[in-house]
Amino acid sequence: MSGKRNYQVDDKGMYGRFGGAFIPEMLHPNIERLAAVYKDIIDSPAFRQEYKMLLQDYVGRPSPLYFAGRLSAKYKTNVYLKREDLNHTGAHKINNTVGQILIARQMGKTRIIAETGAGQHGVATATACALMGLQCVVYMGEVDIKRQAPNVARMKMLGAEVKAATSGSRTLKDATNEALRDWICNPDDTFYLIGSVVGPHPYPDMVARLQAIISEEIKQQIKQKTDREHPDYVIACVGGGSNAAGSFYHFLDDERVKLIAVEAAGQGVKTDHTAASIALGDKGIIHGSMTYLMQSDDGQITEPYSISAGLDYPGIGPQHAHLFDTGRASFMAATDQEALTAALQCTRLEGIIPALESAHALAALEKMTFAPDDAVVITLSGRGDKDMDTYMKQFEL
Amino acid sequence: MNRLQALFSSKKDICSVYFTAGYPQLNDTLPVLRALENAGVDLVELGMPFSDPLADGPTIQASSEQALDNGMSLKVLFGQIKDLRPSISMPVVLMGYFNPVYKYGVEAFINSCKEVGVDGLIIPDLPFDEYRSKYQAMFEAAGIVNIFLITPQTSDERIAQIDTHSKGFIYQVSSSSVTGAKADVEQTQLDYFQRVDGLQLSTPRLIGFGISNSATFETACRFSSGAIIGSAFVKLLTDFGVDPERIKKFIEDIRGGAAKNV
Repeated sequence: MSGKRNYQVDDKGMYGRFGGAFIPEMLHPNIERLAAVYKDIIDSPAFRQEYKMLLQDYVGRPSPLYFAGRLSAKYKTNVYLKREDLNHTGAHKINNTVGQILIARQMGKTRIIAETGAGQHGVATATACALMGLQCVVYMGEVDIKRQAPNVARMKMLGAEVKAATSGSRTLKDATNEALRDWICNPDDTFYLIGSVVGPHPYPDMVARLQAIISEEIKQQIKQKTDREHPDYVIACVGGGSNAAGSFYHFLDDERVKLIAVEAAGQGVKTDHTAASIALGDKGIIHGSMTYLMQSDDGQITEPYSISAGLDYPGIGPQHAHLFDTGRASFMAATDQEALTAALQCTRLEGIIPALESAHALAALEKMTFAPDDAVVITLSGRGDKDMDTYMKQFEL
Repeated sequence: MNRLQALFSSKKDICSVYFTAGYPQLNDTLPVLRALENAGVDLVELGMPFSDPLADGPTIQASSEQALDNGMSLKVLFGQIKDLRPSISMPVVLMGYFNPVYKYGVEAFINSCKEVGVDGLIIPDLPFDEYRSKYQAMFEAAGIVNIFLITPQTSDERIAQIDTHSKGFIYQVSSSSVTGAKADVEQTQLDYFQRVDGLQLSTPRLIGFGISNSATFETACRFSSGAIIGSAFVKLLTDFGVDPERIKKFIEDIRGGAAKNV
C-alpha cells in the first residue's frame, strides 16, 4: 500500500492536526518524563507478563466474542458482541487501570489520582489501587457525586478518597481540571491515571495501547469462529473514546474493516443538549489536547448532555478527531431515545442488559444496512447494572 | 522599546498585580486599573476569564466564573482596553488560556492586542515549542511580547532556552502549586530562588504565585526584578469591591518592606 496513512501518534505527540500537549509549564516535567518512559515500560517483558496475567486471572480475559443470533436474525446479518461487560468491575475501564497502575509503580509513584464522571473509571482505579496497595484520590464533580451514590460508595469501600470538584459545572470536565491541579501541586510522588484516550500526549496513546487488547482478541476470535480473516465492521460508542480506540487499534491499517464510532446526540445534535463533539465539528484545546470540542463563540468550553454519563464529555480523543478527518472511521450520533430503544431490544432479544453507553453502539444497527454475510462486531463496553435507575424510570419497571 | 522593556530597564522592585477582567462587575476593569495606577503599581496582568482555568486556585476560578456570568468575552475586553488605554500609562499584559485565543484566531488576536495597546501575553498552556514553531513570527511582527513561565521543576537547560526566546520578562512561579496556594516562603523555595537568580539570565524575572504580603513581596524582590500579586488582590476585590482607598493601602502595605528605587 503506497502512500499509506499513519493513524498512530507521531514523535511530536500528534495525530495529524490533533493531540499534542497544551499544558502549563508546571506540568511539563511530569508529562515529559511519562512520555519518555511509557513505551519502554509497556514493551518490557516484565510488564507484558504481569499485565497479561492480571488481564487473564483478575479481569477475566479474554472476554467472549458472542454471536448474537436473534439480533442477527432481526438485522439479517451476523452480529457479534465483544463482551467487555463481563470484565471485573463491569466494563472495559479496568484494562486501562491495571496497565497504568503497573506503569505508575514502575515509575516509583506512591499516590494515584484520577477523575471520574459516572464513577466507572473511579471504581476501576480504586480497584487497581486496592490491588497494589497504593493511595488513591478520585476527583468527581459535586453534581455527579449526588447522581452516582452507589459508585461513590464502591470507591470508598475500596479505600479511595473521593474529593468533590466544586468549580465550574461540577461535572466530569471540572473533575479533570481538579485532578490536573492536584498533579501541579504534587509533582513528585503522584501519578495521574487518566481514564480515557484524552488529555496531553502521551495519555491518548498510552490508554489506546492498554485498551488495544480488545481488538487483539477480536482479530483472533473472528478467525476462530468464522474462518474469516477479519470482521467487516467494528462498531463502538465514543465519549472520550477509550473503548472505541481499543476496538479499532489493530484494524486501523486494515482498510477492509470499516470502523464506526457512535457519539451521544443527547436530545439531538442540533439542540443545546448533546455530547456529539464531532458532529458539532469545532476545533480547539481541552485538557491539554487539540481536538474537536464543544465551545461557545468566545471559546468557552460548554457543558455536554447525554442520558449516558460515560459519554457526557465535551471533547473527544485526538486520535478519533484524526480518524474522522482522514475518513478512516465513520462517525454517527445516536439520541437518548435511540439508545434506550436499542438497550431494551438487546435485553429482550439476547438477555443482556447493556450499559447506556454501549446501547449507543447498538443503536447503529438501526441506522445502517448490512449484507447477509457481513460480520459486524459491536463492542459492548459495559453492563447495565449501574443504569438501572434510568431504565426503571424510562421503562416504568 | 515597548512599555515593558522601558519599565524593566528603569525600575527595580516592580510591583505587578493580576486581576480578572470584568470582575466584580463587567465594567470594573477600568476603575480597578485606574486605582492600581494611582496606587503606584508598575504593571498589570489582566486575566481573560476561561471556563476551565486548570492552573488556578479557587479564588481566581471563582472570579473567572463571575466575570463570564457578567458577560465578559474577548470582544468585550478588547473594547474596554481600547477605551482605557489613553488614560493608563503603565504596561498592560493579558493573561489567560489558549483555547479562547485559538478560537478567536491567533493572528487576529495578536492584531487586536496591537491595535488596542496591549504590551504582552501570558498564555500558560501555549507550549514553548508550539509558540516557537507556529507563532513567534506573528508575535514579533506585531511587537507583542510573549511571556513564559518557569517553575521549581523546570530544568536549568530549559530555563536557558526560555531565556533565549524571551522578551519583556519571565514569569517565575514560586512553588509547585496553583495560584493562591501558599502564604509563607519556605527554605526549599529560597534555594530555588537563589538557584535561578544565580543563572544570571538576560531576561528580567517577576516572581508570582503565593505573593500576598510585604514579607513574601520583599523576599521575591531580593531574588528578582519584582513580584506579581494575584489571588490576594482578587480576594480584596471580592471582599470590598472597587474601593480606591483600600486598593492604595493594600499596595502600600505590600510594598512596605521593599526599597523603592526609581
